[in-house]
Amino acid sequence: MLTAAASTDLNTVEYVVFGVIAASMAIAAIRVVTAKNIVHAALYLVVVLAGVAALYVMLAAEFIAVVQVLVYIGAIVVLLLFGTMLTRAPIGTTSDLDNEQRGVSLVVSLFLLGVLGWTLTKAFGWSHMPETPVQRTADVGNSIFQSFVIPFEVVSILLLAALVGAVVIARRD
Amino acid sequence: MFFLRNAWIIPAIPVASFWVILLFGKRLPKKGSEVGVAALAIAFALSCLTFGAWIARDAKPAAEVVAATAPATAAGPGHVEGGEGAGGAHELPSETHHAEELRPAVDRNLFTWFEMGGTKVEFGTHIDGLAVTLLFVVTLISLLVHIFSTAYMKGDRRYTHFFASLSLFTSGMLILVTARTTLQMILGWEIMGLCSFMLIGHWWEEKPNSDAALKAFFTTRTGDVGLLVGVSILFFGAGRTFDAATINAAALSGRMPHWVLLMGATALFVAVIGKSAQFPLHTWLPDAMAGPTPVSALIHAATMVVAGVYLVARMYGVFWKAFSITAPGHAGFNPVAIVGGLTILIAAALAFVQNDIKKVLAYSTVSQLGYMVMGLGVGAWMGAVFHIFTHAFFKASLFLGAGSVSHGGSHHSFDMKKDMGGLKKHMPITFWTFAVSSVALAGIPILAGFWSKDEILLGAGKNGYTVFLVVGLMGAMMTAAYMTRCVYLTFFGEARGNAAHHHPHESPPAITGPLVVLAFLSVVAGLLNAPGITLFGKWNLNEVLVTAGVPEHTFNYGYAAVSTLIAATGIVIGGLWYFRNLGPHGITQRVKPLHAGYVFLDNKYYLDVLYTDGVVGSIKGPIARGAYWVNQNVLDGVVNGVGIAARRVAQFVYDVIDQQVVDGAVNGAGFTAESGGSLLRVFQTGRVQNYAAIMFGVAALSALGLAVLVTK
Amino acid sequence: MHLNAFLLLAAFLFCTGVYGALARKNAVLVLMSIELILNAVNVNLVAFGAFQRSIVGHIFALFVVAIAAAEVGVGLAIVLLIYRNRHSIDLTEVDLMKG
Repeated sequence: MLTAAASTDLNTVEYVVFGVIAASMAIAAIRVVTAKNIVHAALYLVVVLAGVAALYVMLAAEFIAVVQVLVYIGAIVVLLLFGTMLTRAPIGTTSDLDNEQRGVSLVVSLFLLGVLGWTLTKAFGWSHMPETPVQRTADVGNSIFQSFVIPFEVVSILLLAALVGAVVIARRD
Repeated sequence: MFFLRNAWIIPAIPVASFWVILLFGKRLPKKGSEVGVAALAIAFALSCLTFGAWIARDAKPAAEVVAATAPATAAGPGHVEGGEGAGGAHELPSETHHAEELRPAVDRNLFTWFEMGGTKVEFGTHIDGLAVTLLFVVTLISLLVHIFSTAYMKGDRRYTHFFASLSLFTSGMLILVTARTTLQMILGWEIMGLCSFMLIGHWWEEKPNSDAALKAFFTTRTGDVGLLVGVSILFFGAGRTFDAATINAAALSGRMPHWVLLMGATALFVAVIGKSAQFPLHTWLPDAMAGPTPVSALIHAATMVVAGVYLVARMYGVFWKAFSITAPGHAGFNPVAIVGGLTILIAAALAFVQNDIKKVLAYSTVSQLGYMVMGLGVGAWMGAVFHIFTHAFFKASLFLGAGSVSHGGSHHSFDMKKDMGGLKKHMPITFWTFAVSSVALAGIPILAGFWSKDEILLGAGKNGYTVFLVVGLMGAMMTAAYMTRCVYLTFFGEARGNAAHHHPHESPPAITGPLVVLAFLSVVAGLLNAPGITLFGKWNLNEVLVTAGVPEHTFNYGYAAVSTLIAATGIVIGGLWYFRNLGPHGITQRVKPLHAGYVFLDNKYYLDVLYTDGVVGSIKGPIARGAYWVNQNVLDGVVNGVGIAARRVAQFVYDVIDQQVVDGAVNGAGFTAESGGSLLRVFQTGRVQNYAAIMFGVAALSALGLAVLVTK
Repeated sequence: MHLNAFLLLAAFLFCTGVYGALARKNAVLVLMSIELILNAVNVNLVAFGAFQRSIVGHIFALFVVAIAAAEVGVGLAIVLLIYRNRHSIDLTEVDLMKG
């Protein structure tokens, strides 16, 4: 899939790589929501986000992989860590990070996972990905500035509004 | 040819000067002012050379030039048919005799600015008569303002930053003037918006000044939305191009649908209303007087407000077609002319009630901008552009004169009634330059204002805009009268306030020098287009005018006589009223309706009140009150009505049905409601995560249901 | 490579995120869980984009990234405000809207 080669060898390699990424992402994701230390949770989040970036590379979406690393790992995680510091959250290990509806939450999410898994297997079964050529960044750019130029402008206004809103909400009067 | 092809150097110089002043200004011996003055001197010299090169450029027969540019302009994508056929269908009014010769514009692409979605946007210059004229005017006025400022702003705490902003301001206007594409125009336009904000709010420590800066910024910004919208509409309408000449050609060729042109031109005109301070967005310009006086001169004479008029002149093909300016059956009224005409009268009336000398001049500028816009609206393109040219000299002279008065005569006050009067003998140079410029503004023959105003009026009269001819003449009379009042209050009569107590004296040469130069130009500039000379018309003729068939009219002695007479009447009335003290003085105090009119004018037609209380307030107050009213009257009424009806029914039921049965049912219902409520209360914890859990659970259930249904 | 490999992994991430958003007490941790959810959606979008040989999935994913950035910004501002007023960001204590 990365290249035009369709040999079974490469497929096996691909599955092994995917399996490693998926396993580490799954473990890290579970640790994000169960860790007893906020900073650890944030670091596990970095692992998940990096895994997502790796998935993008496997899906031949290089530009988004780069954006994922830059925006998520570079900016959003740092922002979350800042939030942790500014709110003087308990940095060390503490058992007081979960509320009392853990059981309900577990049931709800497992049920959701069951529904999603059942639906996906029924809908897509064993359908294969087609051979996708690597998406060129230029195509992404052309597409944004031709077909999606208005949504793009709307997003820019949204970002501006979020910027102003964040300043207004957080400033001390 | 070298200068015409390399005109980009002229805007580049003030940009460079801006950076130099900003970075090194404070360490220089004269705090950066010498850099600004030198840069503008070089830019002015280059502008003169460019002007010379333009005049020396070979003029070719007009038809040949238009035919030569037509294929080039038709090269836009998706365009096959020639640009000539539909343009020729435009019926021309009588007396269209363009100079047979035309200097072709010089286009040059410097580099590709950026590529967006397959569209290349070039950065280049478009040099024609209009651009060359404006280059000359802007660099000259800016140079004089720089020189003036070295003396006027001496000792200011932000002296260096002031000069940096002045340079950037000038470069914004120069970028706009030399722009080849509409995007470059936006660039220059926005640079000016930013700099006007910085300069009007130069003394921002005082609240009114920073308020005025904000007001100028926001009001022009309201219009700028129109600029973005208009440029976008024209970009798509003309076949994905930002090139101004191509857009004009496309508009004139008739291959753009009329409604597209109308939308584009209307949006652009909104921008012009904001930037050129036309009614009803003119309120920012008088407040902009909070800035230092040289800034006012620069804003009013050469940059900023002229930008709007320039935009219409540059995109005239679009406006011409969109508003069908002289097309038969349409002539007589169009939005451009109406806004311009209204602005002339409204602003001229306001100039009568101002006591601040700068505000008189500000309203006078608004009124004169109204002339330019009206001139463009009635098809007198050449007259309007000529008025930009002449107005720049006498208005800059008047503003700098006012600055000189406050500098030497009234001890930094601008109040004519309190702190001036009798300054003629103390400040002879200032007085004479001010008086000459006032007369030029009033429109007395030989002086500059007469020729350009006359051309606009002539165009209005000959192109079938009779109403606007009358409006223009009324405006001319009012202009003459309020300028007489202004000159009288400042220089004649008893010395009052600061003028009496503070030993008025003439200003230093750095201030009077620019005044003399400008006053001299106010006298002679108009002769450029006097009958028999008409050089200005020949220099400024461009492809758009020829293709569109914009009519030009020869000087008419009848019109000239009438307008002179009217201006003279204005001066005489003003003179009798103030110098001879004739006429019913104090009538506005005695007669009630007139007093009401005075108060109305004094409050500037309550437009500011309308904007702050009306527009902003209506969003806060009345909607809340309206909701309260609906709540009190409608909802309560409904509730009460339902209650009364329910009581009657209950009475009826009570009388008819056995109470025991009802009682039992009622008690049962009450019990059900109570137990149901207490059950539901368990879920309403107020915790967002409980709600989220329920939401996700229900969503998953629904998804399951949907999936089961679909797979069946 | 199977399409479902990506989709099921994304579904797992999504459900983990949902669990975190429901069961965590600390507001910053809830924001992290929401990031998990958004990333799961993004993986879906890009996977479907590759499956359909269309670039639209990529574009949507980019928009989601932009909006996620805005969401974190505003979300953290709200969290800071809550912290300033209550000296705690324990979401179980924020329960004024109850019957």
